[in-house]
Amino acid sequence: MTMTQTLPGTSTQAEVQQKGRIRGVLGMLWRDKFALAATIFLLVVIFCAVCGPMLMGDAALSQNLRGRNAPPFSIANGWFYVLGSDSLGRPLLPRVVVAAQNTMLIAAGAVLCSSIIGALLGLVAGYASSRVGNVILRLADVIMSFPSLLLAVVVLYILAPSVGNLVIVLAITRIPVYLRTTRAEVMEIRQRMFVEAAEVMGASPARIVFRHILPMVIPTLVTIATLDFAFVMLAESSLSFLGIGIQPPQITWGLMVSQGRQYLATAWWLAFWPGLAIILTTMSLNLLSNWMRIALDPTQRWRLEIGGKSNG
Amino acid sequence: MRKLILGRVLSSFFSLAALVVMVFFLSRLTGDPAALFLPREATQEMLDNFRRLHGLNDPLIVQFGRYVWDLLHLDFGQSLRQARPAIDVVFEGFAWTFQLAAITIALVSIAAIVIGSLAAFRPGGIFDRFASVVSLIGASAPDFWVAIVAIVVFAVNFAWLPTSGTGTVWHWILPVAVLFIRPFGLILQIVRGSMIQSFGSLYVKTARAKGVGNTSIIFVHTLRNAMLPVITVIGDQAAAMLNGAVIIETIFGFPGVGKLMIDSILQRDFNVVLAAIMVTALAIFVMNLLIDIAYAILDPRVRT
Amino acid sequence: MAEHLLEVRNLSVQFHTAGGTVKAVSNISWYLDRGETLAILGESGSGKSVSASAIMNLIDMPPGEITNGQILFEGRDLLTMPIGKRRMINGKRIAMIFQDPLGHLNPVYTVGWQLVETMLVHGAGRDEAERRALELLKRVGLPSPEASMKKYPHQFSGGQRQRVMIAMALAMKPDIVIADEPTTALDVTVQAEVLSLLDELQKETGMGLLLITHDLGVVAEVADRVVVMNGGEIVETGTPSEVYHNPQHPYTKKLISAAPGRGAMHEPQGRGEALLRVSGMEKAYGAFKALDGVSFDLQPGETMAVVGESGSGKSTLARCLLRLEEADSGQALWKGRDLLSMSRKELFGLRRQIQMVFQDPTQSLNPRMSVYELISEAWVIHPEILPKARWRERVDELLAQVGLLPEHARRYPHQFSGGQRQRIAIARALALEPQLIICDEAVSALDVSIQAQVIALLDKLRRELKIAFIFIAHDLPVVRDFADHVMVMKSGKVVERGTARQIFESPRQDYTRRLLAAGLDPDPEVQQRRRLEREAIIA
Repeated sequence: MTMTQTLPGTSTQAEVQQKGRIRGVLGMLWRDKFALAATIFLLVVIFCAVCGPMLMGDAALSQNLRGRNAPPFSIANGWFYVLGSDSLGRPLLPRVVVAAQNTMLIAAGAVLCSSIIGALLGLVAGYASSRVGNVILRLADVIMSFPSLLLAVVVLYILAPSVGNLVIVLAITRIPVYLRTTRAEVMEIRQRMFVEAAEVMGASPARIVFRHILPMVIPTLVTIATLDFAFVMLAESSLSFLGIGIQPPQITWGLMVSQGRQYLATAWWLAFWPGLAIILTTMSLNLLSNWMRIALDPTQRWRLEIGGKSNG
Repeated sequence: MRKLILGRVLSSFFSLAALVVMVFFLSRLTGDPAALFLPREATQEMLDNFRRLHGLNDPLIVQFGRYVWDLLHLDFGQSLRQARPAIDVVFEGFAWTFQLAAITIALVSIAAIVIGSLAAFRPGGIFDRFASVVSLIGASAPDFWVAIVAIVVFAVNFAWLPTSGTGTVWHWILPVAVLFIRPFGLILQIVRGSMIQSFGSLYVKTARAKGVGNTSIIFVHTLRNAMLPVITVIGDQAAAMLNGAVIIETIFGFPGVGKLMIDSILQRDFNVVLAAIMVTALAIFVMNLLIDIAYAILDPRVRT
Repeated sequence: MAEHLLEVRNLSVQFHTAGGTVKAVSNISWYLDRGETLAILGESGSGKSVSASAIMNLIDMPPGEITNGQILFEGRDLLTMPIGKRRMINGKRIAMIFQDPLGHLNPVYTVGWQLVETMLVHGAGRDEAERRALELLKRVGLPSPEASMKKYPHQFSGGQRQRVMIAMALAMKPDIVIADEPTTALDVTVQAEVLSLLDELQKETGMGLLLITHDLGVVAEVADRVVVMNGGEIVETGTPSEVYHNPQHPYTKKLISAAPGRGAMHEPQGRGEALLRVSGMEKAYGAFKALDGVSFDLQPGETMAVVGESGSGKSTLARCLLRLEEADSGQALWKGRDLLSMSRKELFGLRRQIQMVFQDPTQSLNPRMSVYELISEAWVIHPEILPKARWRERVDELLAQVGLLPEHARRYPHQFSGGQRQRIAIARALALEPQLIICDEAVSALDVSIQAQVIALLDKLRRELKIAFIFIAHDLPVVRDFADHVMVMKSGKVVERGTARQIFESPRQDYTRRLLAAGLDPDPEVQQRRRLEREAIIA
């Protein structure tokens, strides 16, 4: 009721609405234990990625010749060695934690770049004339059919195989995913009556696209981006695995698996733990994406809310 | 239908042409094959000879013109590495990949459709939860990691299966199994979602009101409608496999087109790369056409 | 006590939803005998379809739950019967016809296949089933039945699809047919045909017909008895005549008084300078001519109704006038300037003067914007109308004008009912202070009682603000007491134009007469007379 006294009143209302919405989303998350666990795990991974090199950077590089190829589940050499160590005696736990940074950085960068560029192109392709739309679509087709490995080799040969360049390669290959989805959604939404209602009021194309269409597309984009984050992580790992991704001494989880491959018979843990880290992260992302698909869709949301009732 | 096919052929041709041009020039940017093919201690004269022999000294545009001219005569050039026609090398690799892809996709489709349909019949039931967990793990697993873990367990520890190669039926089990996992997880999720939506549709109500039994409702009324989005996804997955399962082929020493492509790229065997791209693009085009035809068979509304 | 063919006793059904448990129906009882037609009358949310769903075992459980009651079919309780036995009753002894035949027919199988399936399920041989399917399609009056057998649902018109549904329901010569809003999606003339087909078939087979409807006219046309439902309870039962002329319950009284076409008609004043003068407007989609030389003019403050069945081009007319689509040729002079040839910039100024209210307020309001944002968007786009400091005040004013409260401003569209949403849409249109509002079927998605309220609101606005209206509708009675002039359209052409009184009392064209005769009057006696007139026209 205090709202009505404030002028112009929109901003405060928006804030209240925002707060209520965030609390509602958190409440729904709390009720879905799988999604909650996934979120917590991802927060831990993000924490490792941000603070890991600071906290354990030295430990990850310290060689301990007496502890070479130490098997896991033994803390004789200190708890850093709980996951075992590699052939130079470097403890695995800090290495996995430190590698999270590059892995996350590359995936996040690629997803961010490809989703923004793809969504913008998709908005244009969906709202502009069909000729422009077709040209953009053909372009996406070419990118889609371009072998991503070749692209990776070319870019990483001409430029150095750094984190930034890896982001570029992966981003380019993922643009079509966002482009197509956005375009398809825009084509559907622009037919809806509230878009026509805005046109009748005289709204400019920019206003229609960004105020009326984009907000309807964003939930889908966020859902896809979450899923795609997992995909990009796997793609990066594959590149590293083939030796055309990140180069040592930089490490990512994919590279660690690749390096551990030759010791499979003798020290299985070298490839196992980073692989497990990848699996758990992608699985959490998948879970979260599934949850978001429902949570962000007002017509489906009741499923989560109803779930809460029975859980108490 | 004929118009649709013609339009498809035209647009695919342009995409393919653009692709060939891009690949031709971009691949040249990765460096000079002479340096890779001749021993490190090769003299300048030997390098020059090699370059002259393979026409590498001409300006790029001349090389491209020559390549296109040969292409119009269906000559895809020679493989530098294997010293025989590039197209033969590619066909050999493609045959392996095609078999692998066909077997895997067939198994994935059957398994995903049957399990997905049953899961969707009682959303939230025990079977559905089990299927959800399986599909989630499947869709999240990095295939190279699964592959090496599988080798350690089944080939090294238990020695039940061969580690690599293509000799017997046993050689196919691990690659197919590993390749199976991710598409299975993805398609299972799509089947389930699509079936649930289909079950909620009005024509299912009509069928119930007519007295149609559950089996018939699942497999006659809903499945055919629910298949429409599913075959699109199956098509995407099949396309990805036809492009060559690079990782799996590398790990299992499987001589498919994916392994061929990565080897050729790394060794700058440009003619093989280009031929491989064209062959797989053609295969994917044919497959997409088949998907469209399947779509038209399933859904009378697109048949106009 | 005589045994009824079908009897529902003390049925209570509830649904468990996010907002808690909702009682769909509580303690309802009714019966149906052989050869009679029982109508269940109610508005959306009244629970009128729930008992039918319970009979056919179509309620999803959970979230639904039948908490109490019996459904006796020939004395046996369906609710305690094993599932296999119930399946053998569905389609064979009790069959159902649904509202939306496009959605309710499986899109990927031919009509013949779906008909035959009904009979195969209940043990008929294939040859026999196919022969009977053909017979049925012939009986329900589908053109070239042999070819129709092989066609898919999307290849038929709405009325033909409903005939297919009826054929399917009759396949096993059931004792009872339940029809759930069977004519709501159809044009008036098609509705009349479908209802008379049902009537004939009932006379032939002696089946019991349960008709679920929101339309008093449909009740008056076909029902022997009527059950009125509101809020999940039965408020009144009786013959249509008793209920119409002597309603006991306040809800029934309200429903009957809300029926359109009862009040006095407008007498338009003399003609002056035209606000809008349309001449020779044409628009074609490929070979289909949606508009074929439409001409009319509109005075300031005048209300013109445009009436026609689906495909008559009435919506295309609105869309072309608003430049949502481009007309192929013709002129539309707005205060002397042709708005069909205006540049983008000129058009922007015009947007303030002509506004539109759409059919379905659920879709025409952006679900992610609050009411405040929805209404004030007008001033974001046209800032010269109002300084930002006054927006708040003006939104409150507009909300009051359309009968909403100031605190509604911060809610979102999904928190309102259909009628309230349409009020918001009207407030949004008013925010631009337009001189003409085009209403495209603005009330046809609403319940009858809400419809009356919204029309009363529009009438009030017209009087207070002197706004001109173009009011597009498929339903003649709705426009009767609202319009100054009525324009009847068919296949893109203007059939007839005149004052409301001319059109309703002395129509000159056959088509207009047919349209009027096909309309259903809520008064059973009037409807009886009208049916005779209609039969006379056809004969």
